[in-house]
Amino acid sequence: MDRRQFLQSTALGLAAAGTGLQPMRAMAQGEPIRIGLMAPLTGVIASGGKEMVEGTQFWFEKINYQIAGRKVELIIEDDASNPDTALQKARRLVEQNNVHFLTGNLLANTGLAVANYVKGTGTPYFIPIIAADELTQRGRIPNVIRTAGYSGSAFPRPLADWALKQGYKRIATISQDYTFGHEQCGGFSQVFTEGGGTIVQQFWHPLNTADFSPYLGQIADLKIDAIFVMETGADATRFTQQFNSFGLKGKIPLLGAMNMTDQSVIRTMGAEVEGIISAAHFAEGADIAATKDFVDAYTKKYEKIPSLYGFSMYSGMMWVSRAIEKLGGKVEDKAALLDAVLKTELADSPLGKPVKLDAYGNPIYDVYIRKVTKRADGKFWNVPVETYPAVSQFWKYDPETFMKEPAFSRTYQGVKKS
Amino acid sequence: MSGLSRSKSPMGALVVVAVLAVGVIAPYFLSRYQIGLATQILIFGMLAMSIDILVGFTGRTSLGHGAIFGTSTYVVLYCVTQAGMSPYLAVLLGIMSATVLAAIFALLAVRTNGVYFLLLTLALGMIVWGICLRWTQVTGGENGLRGDIRPKALADYKDFYWFILALAAMVTFGIRRFVNSPFGLTLRGIRDSDSRMRSLGYNVPLHLFIGFTMSGFFAGVAGAVYAFFNNFVSPSTVALTQSVESLLMAIIGGVGTLYGSFIGASALIALQNLVSSHTERWQSVLGITFTLIMIFAPEGIVGKFRALRAKYSAKH
Repeated sequence: MDRRQFLQSTALGLAAAGTGLQPMRAMAQGEPIRIGLMAPLTGVIASGGKEMVEGTQFWFEKINYQIAGRKVELIIEDDASNPDTALQKARRLVEQNNVHFLTGNLLANTGLAVANYVKGTGTPYFIPIIAADELTQRGRIPNVIRTAGYSGSAFPRPLADWALKQGYKRIATISQDYTFGHEQCGGFSQVFTEGGGTIVQQFWHPLNTADFSPYLGQIADLKIDAIFVMETGADATRFTQQFNSFGLKGKIPLLGAMNMTDQSVIRTMGAEVEGIISAAHFAEGADIAATKDFVDAYTKKYEKIPSLYGFSMYSGMMWVSRAIEKLGGKVEDKAALLDAVLKTELADSPLGKPVKLDAYGNPIYDVYIRKVTKRADGKFWNVPVETYPAVSQFWKYDPETFMKEPAFSRTYQGVKKS
Repeated sequence: MSGLSRSKSPMGALVVVAVLAVGVIAPYFLSRYQIGLATQILIFGMLAMSIDILVGFTGRTSLGHGAIFGTSTYVVLYCVTQAGMSPYLAVLLGIMSATVLAAIFALLAVRTNGVYFLLLTLALGMIVWGICLRWTQVTGGENGLRGDIRPKALADYKDFYWFILALAAMVTFGIRRFVNSPFGLTLRGIRDSDSRMRSLGYNVPLHLFIGFTMSGFFAGVAGAVYAFFNNFVSPSTVALTQSVESLLMAIIGGVGTLYGSFIGASALIALQNLVSSHTERWQSVLGITFTLIMIFAPEGIVGKFRALRAKYSAKH
């Protein structure tokens, strides 16, 4: 090595040492933002899972997989509708792929399993679909945030209030017998009985019930003013059809939990869905420019009207993306990311109005009372008939007092004893 | 029996020591995720091996072991998260309840064999699954039970891996001793011909009962530590797929080979995790792989290996 070469390399070495931190940081910024998306692509609810992936991709394609100048690397894993698999995939995404945050999952049990895992690792986990009350209430985990999601018992409350205003006094409920059903029925029953109504009877049936005639047969004799029904997926389809063929449609007003009339259910159905009332934050038939734009673009691309799954993942990822923009792309700092997401007010979502999160990581929405209506082209969709502004997951209760009460279950439905 | 003669060969002992040594130093070379997978392989290897006691050495194919395994997991999680017990006591209770459940299964199933044994254990497993799904107040229903239950001493993932490795070594040793004991030989006798064993004066149902219960005990051990591994349990842990998967592991590795269980568990878990990140049709890939294994190596991977070696040494 001659003298000149020596000097050159020394100078370069010193320069590198002096600015040692600079290239490192630049490298970190050059790395993509890695996002782990888990969705049930196989198993009983695979179609919903597929729409979750579509919704997510739809958003990231819109922003060219770029947030604040950093590339987005979306890693999609199948949770197989099974909590053990979901856990395994979450471990893989966090420990092997080093994702900056996790999102997705559809079934509450998969979400709860993953939430329990990220409790230990501190990985941010955003859940636009998982509705289990406890994740933003009694069992709150600071790094789990329900961006663009909703808690199970929240939306049936305004629906109960609306039912009281219609003059309904006696209502029966039919629901799938698992936590999501217990929560939605609980929210409804609590508000309805506190407002002076009576829950005449509650029917619980296992998931995947083929024949609803034992329940429908009893309804006719109960002398009820309306019925509240909580069904998802194929159960929702079967219930609505059998309710119709029992001749109850038009005689007893049918109030449904939001999944009951979601596009994923009604897009394959006919006139039997018309007129069902439900409550939700999103109505694909809302006369709002932002909603229309989203629904049109989505329909054009995927040849179907977006369901809650597509909408929620789209908006959920939009929410997180906006927060990352505020941080200038620095997703490495978990605490800062969570804080930014909590403080971000989502202004330009398909809802067309700003949405923010409460202190427990659950969004506060304007909730629509929706009615299934026929479009000019013969398809059915949900159109808002009334709006309840800024509905909290705690309704009108004080959060602290509310969380001292037991969680909703088959045996505890918050029914006010008169 | 080849298992017996092998145990006395110095080669076999050497292989065991070498494998254990690799197992012990593995965490220094593997990533956290891979260590997690290795831990899982060891746990399911133990479960598959407990099934091998019945499938390979007793000639009874059980489809109820997922339920026995998962019952132990449920009991451990319930005891720690709901009843506030110490995790160590919970593990004991978990193993005990799995053993008791296995004894009940055994009482009902020992008088059957062949496809009736299969169906009966399947039905019993489905009952357990049904209870876990519907008894919401205790089992948490669909959502299951969860909580941070792993004891502080094992909180680090490497420490936990070594603990599971040591446990797997002990369980393997225990099962080996069990199937090679005079009692284990009577089980093989029953496998080959239970009428002959009966005419020789053995109490066949009693032996089957003890064999089944012991097998359930080992499945319970695996289930209890699975609770520490996942910190979570839901009905899918006691579901039929769990039983089928662990039976598959035993079959892929090679029934009646014991060690094959770990090979089978590695194959299945590795495939599940590798293939699924490349295609959502991963289950089809798994299915084709298993079909090929069953066509070209019906005796399982370890069984095939042993057969090839026997062929080779016969030639030379």
